[in-house]
Amino acid sequence: MRLYESVFIARQDVSTQLVESLTKDFSAIIENGGGKIHKHEYWGLRALAYRVKKNRKGHYVMLNIEADNDTLREYERIMGLNEDILRFMNISIDEVEEGPSVMMQAQKAERSPRGERSDRSDRGDRDNKPAPAQEAASEAPVETATKADGE
Amino acid sequence: MTKLEITRSAVRRPQGRRRKSCPFSGPNAPHIDYKDVKLLTRFTSERGKIVPSRISAVSAKKQRELSTAIKRARYLALMPYVIS
Repeated sequence: MRLYESVFIARQDVSTQLVESLTKDFSAIIENGGGKIHKHEYWGLRALAYRVKKNRKGHYVMLNIEADNDTLREYERIMGLNEDILRFMNISIDEVEEGPSVMMQAQKAERSPRGERSDRSDRGDRDNKPAPAQEAASEAPVETATKADGE
Repeated sequence: MTKLEITRSAVRRPQGRRRKSCPFSGPNAPHIDYKDVKLLTRFTSERGKIVPSRISAVSAKKQRELSTAIKRARYLALMPYVIS
């Protein structure tokens, strides 16, 4: 059993619910193979940096999974066959990162003060932010109180 | 004559400017992660190329890490391969 970080991009015209159910299906593959899902993050509908299979946007989902080689192979095979999945990447990692990933934090910062685009280099407050719920896509609440430290 | 020599050496090495240290070494250096697009874009050129370490002063070890991170981000369409 090894730890993997898996990111997949679903087509833009797929609904959020369907993305959820796709994620469930994929998680089921891992769990049926004796693996575990350690973390699940939905990054929302993001603009792609370039066109992928004629799509300009995509739903990003990240899973941190623990599985053996065979289940991962099966997981990749199923994903490759699914036409709603534009692209996926599974990389092996040493440990599961605690708390929400950078992506979730960036989204939170971007969503609340529009167009601020601050180039802050301090990322020390990464760990003491509360973990957001999985549906951070639907208007994340403005949280300024917890951001005070780490400067 | 001597004066000219002094200026010439001054051109070669501006006084008091030491080599910058690696931005990823030290106590609170950022962790290189392919998901951190904002950090990675700082190490790419306007065209989207990876900035050579001799310019960005990133250490060789960290540059290798950085380049895989950038390539992963590119694959996942988080960053462009080329900005045209």
